[in-house]
Parts: sequence; structure tokens; C-alpha cells
Amino acid sequence: MKTFRQIGSVTAMNLRSLPQRLGTSFVIVIGIAGVVAVLISVLAMSTGMLRTLQNAGRDDRAMVLRNGSAAESSSALPRDTARLIGDAAGVKRDADGKPILSAEGMRVLTVYKREDGAEVNVAIRGVGPKMTVLRPEFKIVEGRMFQSALTELVVGRAASRQFRGLGIGDKITTRGATWTVVGVFTTGDAHESELMTDVEALVSAERRGGYQSVTVQLDSAGSFGAFKDALSANPALSVDVSREREYYTQQSKTIGQVITIVAYVVGSIMAIGAVFAALNTMYSAVSARVRDIATLRAIGFGGSAMVASVLVEAVLLALLGGALGAALAWVFFNGHTVSTLTGVGGHLIFDLTVTPELIGVGIVWACAIGLIGGLFPAIRAARLPVATALRAI
Amino acid sequence: MKYFRLIWAGLWRKKARTILTMLSIIVAFLLFGLLQGVNQGFNSVVANLNVDRLYTNAKTNMVDGLPIAYQNRIKEVPGVVAVSHWTYFGGYFREAKNAIPAFATDPEGLFKVYKELKIKPEYLQAMKSTRTGALASETLAKQYGWKIGDRIPLGTSIWTTKEGSNTWYFDLVGTFDASAFGSGGFPSFYINYDYYDEAKAFGKGVVHYYLESIKDPRQATQVAKAIDALFENSSNETRTQTESQFQQMQMKQIGDINFIVNAIVGAVLFTLLFLTANTMMQSVRERIPELAVLKTLGYSDGKVLALVLAEAFVLCLVAALIGLGVAAVLFPALKAVIGNLPMPLIVIEMGIAIACGLALVSGLPPALRAQRLNIVDALAGR
Repeated sequence: MKTFRQIGSVTAMNLRSLPQRLGTSFVIVIGIAGVVAVLISVLAMSTGMLRTLQNAGRDDRAMVLRNGSAAESSSALPRDTARLIGDAAGVKRDADGKPILSAEGMRVLTVYKREDGAEVNVAIRGVGPKMTVLRPEFKIVEGRMFQSALTELVVGRAASRQFRGLGIGDKITTRGATWTVVGVFTTGDAHESELMTDVEALVSAERRGGYQSVTVQLDSAGSFGAFKDALSANPALSVDVSREREYYTQQSKTIGQVITIVAYVVGSIMAIGAVFAALNTMYSAVSARVRDIATLRAIGFGGSAMVASVLVEAVLLALLGGALGAALAWVFFNGHTVSTLTGVGGHLIFDLTVTPELIGVGIVWACAIGLIGGLFPAIRAARLPVATALRAI
Repeated sequence: MKYFRLIWAGLWRKKARTILTMLSIIVAFLLFGLLQGVNQGFNSVVANLNVDRLYTNAKTNMVDGLPIAYQNRIKEVPGVVAVSHWTYFGGYFREAKNAIPAFATDPEGLFKVYKELKIKPEYLQAMKSTRTGALASETLAKQYGWKIGDRIPLGTSIWTTKEGSNTWYFDLVGTFDASAFGSGGFPSFYINYDYYDEAKAFGKGVVHYYLESIKDPRQATQVAKAIDALFENSSNETRTQTESQFQQMQMKQIGDINFIVNAIVGAVLFTLLFLTANTMMQSVRERIPELAVLKTLGYSDGKVLALVLAEAFVLCLVAALIGLGVAAVLFPALKAVIGNLPMPLIVIEMGIAIACGLALVSGLPPALRAQRLNIVDALAGR
């Protein structure tokens, strides 16, 4: 009990003297704020991207691609496969007994970013007539839905904000057709980076024979196995089938990993720098108080109280820095829209997302840096030879 | 130079503090060196490209393709010396994750357009006489242990053969030296277009882009316009640009690397500035009586200012050079990201410039304080 009281009073004394050491103390705060801000911002990028991609996938939907195709863009399915797939077991049917599925095709469209005019590719997705039943998350928020068999298309809200010339009424020229934008849609996922139109209109404009993927609504998440078995048992089909969520997780794997590694490598190097800064600060904090510490020791305060008081000060400053860093990352980057090339065909637009977990990671890092940076100076404070220290200056 | 010992002694007055400050500056410049190195590495890939080469692709989109018949028409354009073409094969070896930058091409024309690629004439001859032949860069062949004469099964995510297979077989007839382009994503596996076009199930007679080498780089714009004019208002309009423009466009697809790197470097340098400024300030504060003694001994105000400033310069420059040196040593480890490139010299130059700026900003306020020191007050500890 006595030790705790000692720790309490010494720490309180230290903290009261903080204003006299404002400049040096800020070195810890700012150093750690920098580390945490960078770490959180870069992780927010991978979090935002993964979230956008994975939202596109549901467990109760399955995606069918050509056998051996890793992505939609490299897949091709003959027209009659859509019918065969719809007849398979496990597919949910609507009131008329028709299977709920969307046979889709994609083409790439060159567009220009609003901010710097950079030329990037986005996908125009041709969708089947049952797409809106299949994807209940799809909502028209402006204008109207495209009419089938016309060269009309709707634009994802993220895409229309990010790229030039994708507003309602704008004309888009591809080889073989001129399209009119008639509406803007939201889905809250990766599809918002795309444009959508009637698949038959797209196929005929492209003079292409078939589709690229078929997405089906399953009876339930559990009927995936039955559906998969039915497809592989059918000799007329040579296709790969995966749960929609798995497909999108797979597409985002590599790039998500790369960004996470970058975040931790850069974060670690910066953290090492911040540890040195913290050591510097706490050593000078201890040496500024040599006489106080020696006096306290002389009147009977224990070494552990000295260690604890220095550590508490370091960790408190570190927490302040961590909180500042997290706040900076939040203010400047949360919701910041960026786009990048991914495996899903065309650019993916997503918002940097600062989640509570990321802030937690940042705070843990801050504490660790503060602890390491405070430990050695704390030991030095405890080991100070009382007699010599009292004679100092 | 005779003051060097004085500056040095001033720096080491508090060993722990100087060492810790130096270590943080070293770490910061290590990070700076690595990040800017990657950034500049990307740019230098572009800068190394020739301006006497043009790329022509479909105006609507890069992957739309152009008819193979365009080759002879482009050849006729005045100023064009040689024409070849590339078509994405989307190849992989054994597993989809072992992507091979494979392209269907007209090998004879290609090695005329890309004079930097070095190949033995007998290999090129063998390629011409072997329909199912393939040429691989030496690096690629080494990576997968391919020998000349090997039959290589190449999977593709795009093209099916007439037999309905996604695996194509090619006979490796030769290798070439592509070291001029680093080991990044440069196309380094070539197959005969004629064989590929005949054997594939769909999309016949189409190439993804034409490559032209031109007589005079200064005529690049005119030649490009002349090529595009040939096909204007046809159903396959073209867009021709120089190789470097083309590559820049491709790189922008990856997203804004620059922005992220600059944001991180900015955060690091700002933090560092604060730290170093604080160290210098503290060090001057502690030495006020000593500086006053120097002034008493006859050191002019300017000289004292210079001494303190020089200390900041020595601290920052020594640490920055160590940090950049470590970055240069570690740089080859980033091969996977940017290919086999040495650290660009410009990064070192930028680093030194930043270190000087850092020294100036962090050293000037305490140096000015030292300059204005009043001897009597300082000695009295007021």
C-alpha cells in the first residue's frame, strides 16, 4: 500500500512540473502522433478497400465463371450456359418459377479523373433482367433505370463523383455504340465504381457471343454445396463456381496484403525513430529533476516509485500523442476517396476508413513506444546515487 | 577548419542526447531514402524509355484491339522505320500466381523496334523457323529453370485453343537479354503471332497494340498524327503516343503512389524538425555561460552564430548521410517492388538538401539567440 501511495504522490508531483518542460515533452507527443497518424492512415486504406470489395459479396449468392478463370475479366461463358445454370439445384426461383440470376458481361471504358485528368479504366457491366431482384442493395438515387435493349446505362455514384463526363444526359462512346447516361445508382460496395447496362445491349454492341459470369441467388447460404454439385455433374458445363463473398475476398487478397505490409514496415521504422525521441525526452526529464529525485530518495521514497513515476509520465505523454495521431488520421483521411487498380476489372473507388479497431492498434503502438522510451530513463532515475546527485550543480 | 574541434566538442557535450537525436535523424532519412527511392525508381523506369518509339492502340480502349491488317499500312507512313505488335497472352506457368509477361508478336520486327533487347541471330532464326517457338528473357528462363529445347506449358486466363484447352505448349528456341529494362513487368516471353492467331478459338486477326520505331525523335508528334489520320473515321480508330507517354498512363492506373509517399515523408520530416530543433535549443540553453565565455575571449557575435549553426549542420548532415547510406544498402531488398534498380542518385541529393534545410531551420533560432547574448547577463546567469 505504501509503495502505491509513494508512486501516486511522486507521479502527481512530476505531472505538476510538466509545464516547465513543455518543449521537450512535446517531442514525445509529436513524435508518437506522427507514427500513429501514418500507421492508421495507411491501414485505413486497406480497410476501406477490403470493406468495399467484401461488401459486394454475399454468402447466399454464387458466382459462376469459366473453368480456370481467376477473374470475370478473363472469363467467357456461352449463351446457353446461363439457362443450364438456372436449371441447377439450389437456385432460388421467383413467383413465376423463373430462376433468380444475372448473366453478365463486362467491357472496359476509358475515363478521366476529375481531380487530375488521369486516364483510368472502369468497367461497364451488362446485367440480366433479374439483377435488381438478385441485388436488393442496388438502388437508383437519381434519374431512372436503363431500359432494356436500348443503349442506355446507369452510373455508380462513386464513379460519377470521381470521373468526368459520367453525369445524367452525358453520352459515352465505345466501339460499336453510343450510350446515354440515364441514372445514378448506389450499392454501397465495389459495384458503385462501375457502370451498368442491359447485358443484351452490351453483347450486341460488342458483337460478342456470350457472357462472362453468371451470378445466382441461392435458396439459402447452405444450398451452395448442392448447387456446386449440380453444376459439376452436368457434362455440358465446364465452369468454376464460388460463393460470391469468397470470390471478392480472393480478388482483394494480394493488394490488401501489400498495403498492410507497407503500413507495418513504414510504421515500425517510424516507431524506432519515435522510441529514440522518447528516450531523449525522458532522459532529459530525469536529468532536469536529478536533485528532486535524490531528495525524495533521501527522505525514504523507494526506487520503484521513481521507476513508476517516470513510466507513467512517458505513457501519458505517449497516449496524448497516440490520441493526437489518431485524431489527425481521422480528420484528414477518414472518408477520403481514392481509387486504385485491383483484380476486379477496372478501377475500384473506395473511402479510407478509420475504424475503432485501427484507433485501438494506434493507441497500443503509442503505449508500447512510450513504455520502451520511458523504461531506461526510469531505471536510471531509480539507480541515481543519492549522495552525488544531491551535490549536483 | 580550425574550429572543427570546438564544434565537435560542443556536439558531444551530452553524449546520450546527441546519439539519440542522431539515431532518430538516421531512421528518418532511412525511411526517406527507401520511400523516395521507390518513387523515383518508378519515374526513372519511364525516363529510361525511348522517345523514338511509338505505341498505337485502339482509340476506344487499350484492350479493344486493332486489325492485324494495319501493320502494312503503318509501315508505309513516312518516318516509320520498323513496325511490330504485341498482343496480351495473359500467361501463367503451372499456377495462376506465376504470371508470365507473355506476348504474341512478330519477333523479327520486334527486335528491330526494341534495339535495346539483345539476341543472338541464330535464336531469332530458330524462332522464325519454329511455329510453336518461344523466346524468353534470360532472367525469366533462369527464374523457372527453362533450358533451350524445353517444351513449356503455358496456361492463359484469356485465350482458349481450338481444342478448348487453356494450356498452350511452346518450344523454347532461344533467350535474349532484356536487362536494359530492369526486371519489372517488361514483356519478356514472346510467341509467334501467326501460330497463336491460327490456334486460338476466338478473337482472330486482332492485335492489342502496334509498336513503331521512327527515324527522327523530333518528328514523333507528326508521325503519330499521320498514323492516326490513316484510320480516322474507320470502325477501328487509333491513338498513337510515345512510349514514355504510354507508360506514364499505365502507371497512373496503379493510383497515386506519390501522394502517399509524400504524406508519409512529410509527417516524418515534420516530427524530426521538431525533435532536432528542441535538441539544439536545449543544448544552447545549457551552454549560455560557455558561449558568454567565448564572447569574452573575443569571439565576435557572427562567429558564435556560425559555431552554433555549424553544429546543427554537422549533426544533421552526418546523421542524414548515415541514414541514406543504410537505405542505399537495403535498397536492393526492394527488388520485388521496383525491379533491379540501384538507388537513384537524385534521392541522395534530395536527402542532403533536406538535411541542410533541417539544420538551418532547427539551428537558426538558437544560433540567433547565441548571437544576441549579452556577456554580462549571460555570465551572471540572468
